[in-house]
Amino acid sequence: MTRVFVPRDSAARSVGADEVAAALAAAGFNIVRNGSRGLLFLEPLIEVETAQGRVAYGPVTAGDIPGLLPALKTGGAHRLCLGNIEEHPYLKNQERLTFARCGITDPVSVADYVKHGGFAGLRKALAMPGAAIVAEVTESGLRGRGGAGFPTGLKWKTVHDAAADQKYICCNADEGDSGTFADRMVMEGDPFMLVEGMTIAAIAVGATRGYVYIRSEYPDAIATMREAIDAATAARWLGTDIQGTDKSFRLEVRRGAAAYICGEETAMLESLEGKRGTVRPKPPIPALEGLFGKPTVINNVLSFSAVPFILAEGGAAYKNYGMGRSRGTLPFQLAGNIRQGGLVEKAFGVTLRQLVEDFGGGTFTGRPVRAIQVGGPLGAYLPAGQMDLAMDYETFAAAGAMVGHGGIVVFDDSVDMARQARFAMEFCALESCGKCTPCRIGSTRGVEVIDRIIAGESREANLELLSDLCQTMTDGSLCAMGGLTPMPVMSAVRHFPEDFDKPSRLAAE
Amino acid sequence: MFTVRQCHELDMSGKHTLIDKSPREATAAREIALRYGNQPDALLEILHDLQHELGCIPEAALPALAKALNRSRAEIHGVVTFYHDFRHEAAGRHVIRLCRAEACQSMKANELIAMVERFLQVRLGQTTADGAITIQEVFCLGNCALAPAVMVDDRVVGRVDAARMEKIIAECRS
Ligand SMILES: Cc1cc2nc3c(=O)[nH]c(=O)nc-3n(C[C@H](O)[C@H](O)[C@H](O)COP(=O)(O)O)c2cc1C
Ligand code: SF4
Ligand code: FES
Repeated sequence: MTRVFVPRDSAARSVGADEVAAALAAAGFNIVRNGSRGLLFLEPLIEVETAQGRVAYGPVTAGDIPGLLPALKTGGAHRLCLGNIEEHPYLKNQERLTFARCGITDPVSVADYVKHGGFAGLRKALAMPGAAIVAEVTESGLRGRGGAGFPTGLKWKTVHDAAADQKYICCNADEGDSGTFADRMVMEGDPFMLVEGMTIAAIAVGATRGYVYIRSEYPDAIATMREAIDAATAARWLGTDIQGTDKSFRLEVRRGAAAYICGEETAMLESLEGKRGTVRPKPPIPALEGLFGKPTVINNVLSFSAVPFILAEGGAAYKNYGMGRSRGTLPFQLAGNIRQGGLVEKAFGVTLRQLVEDFGGGTFTGRPVRAIQVGGPLGAYLPAGQMDLAMDYETFAAAGAMVGHGGIVVFDDSVDMARQARFAMEFCALESCGKCTPCRIGSTRGVEVIDRIIAGESREANLELLSDLCQTMTDGSLCAMGGLTPMPVMSAVRHFPEDFDKPSRLAAE
Repeated sequence: MFTVRQCHELDMSGKHTLIDKSPREATAAREIALRYGNQPDALLEILHDLQHELGCIPEAALPALAKALNRSRAEIHGVVTFYHDFRHEAAGRHVIRLCRAEACQSMKANELIAMVERFLQVRLGQTTADGAITIQEVFCLGNCALAPAVMVDDRVVGRVDAARMEKIIAECRS
């Protein structure tokens, strides 16, 4: 029976993939629910297996199926036919190291994973001393993909060198940043890669237990991760005596409960301990005193997911990609008002323009791009004129912006940047853990001040007040929630001053 | 002091009536905590399961939970109130979460939300008079490439426009 691949990814499901799968099953096809290829603007994107390879069609609705059946039988022509999707420029022009397999395999089939190169890194790691694994990761130049860009090898070395009766591996899958979904796509589309990366970390540092902390807004990722952990355990890639060695690693999924701050690593630890998600002061660093006070590796989903490639192909192969001190690739996420939204994995150094214009095809509405927020709700708003910036941690920092988790949110010229600045303060007020006054109270004051600016009340004085308030938040906050909220706010003021002067402009007109 | 086991037996022995609701809540709390080995670090998992079973986290469940996990009632209360997911009162038959984070804003999520509020005659956080629908805000569903996004119970819906929203509401009410 002919096999048809219909993604189970929640973005694909959000536009009707389940209905398409049901219609195809009723027509007698053998359905495989794969991950998404990441061309989200073409979802539901289905692929039929033919003697000449896989032939893609998309975006397909359940209503299209009757008309599509003759073409599907042979992989033949149809207005929705996309041919071999790997030849599509959106995919062909990427450098997929981490997302090499996503969308090709059945995400919860261990056999499929192994057939497509899976567990090669872990197999190697099982025969290596921990310090050698850490050295390989250090050699790769991998920096944390959760936002802060801390060298992963250095973190692992600290945990490796710490003496303790118990160590932990914790994966930060809280992915709270608007405009990001790469972690979700890994967990729903290639979850064994995350299992493999975490298991390699466990062997490297001598940990035997681990947790994946997944936000509750991701029920599909939670279910798929649990399914994958069970399957990997049954196949002895997890659990006790992994693949007949003396290595053991027990992995569990824990759900968050809707709190942005629990993405901050120490708040996540508190949450994993069953407590309120408040931020812990550092020191002690989690690498030395983390979960339950024990040495703990905390990494983002994408950081762990880069590791199987690094072990299988060598740190040098990974380091070959990138620019400056940003080595390897980053799975960028094109989001918001964009014509071709989706996942684009590229080596660092690609420009914002290449991502937004060449891959993204400009705005969804067809209007001019006006602002782009990069790096989530704590990231800067950049004007369209800065699109030639290269995606690199240092280049962005020098421009008063941040790469963060690689989320790129595009706005057209209908955006009101004063409203966006107000939202940044409102979000901080809603999501602050409450520990520091500048963050908790300052953000509420910030909303009020911006409201007055929007209303045109003592504009100059209130803009100055806003700037002072932001300085107080930057200086007096324990973590980046309060510390970086000024970044979107002040970048909006800096790059789009006209939006903070509406009443006088209206009066002048 | 009762041990957890004794409390359990007490409930089994008939305290549990339709008139007094608290034993049912306490029993559920104890049973779920036990499923997690009464591990205090599993508190969020326990609360999620409890809310799934009871529709909310009732005050009456907290003493039993505190006892099972060997934590103070104030600590448990502190956790319940910290996280946006946990509610004190049951929601409507369906919950529609409307994303109001930046990527969805860029695709007019605020306008969509205003439209839904007008149409249902409730504000975010409230339940319609017929008890069918609770609407809530959410900050990102990871569907930012297909914005604006909403979540209907556990299912994400993307590229939501007025027509799609009307269909969702009609389905929730049917
Ligand atoms: C407010 C706040 C939210 C954060 N949210 C996340 C998140 O959702 N996911 C994540 O991996 N890191 C997040 N981080 C960064 C983490 O604190 C931490 O740096 C990261 O998990 C470390 O892993 P990495 O080195 O692999 O990036 C957040 C930080 C702050 C201050
Ligand atoms: S800056 Fe805000 S979120 Fe961070 S620790 Fe202080 S109060 Fe908590
Ligand atoms: S911002 Fe709405 S789904 Fe991400």
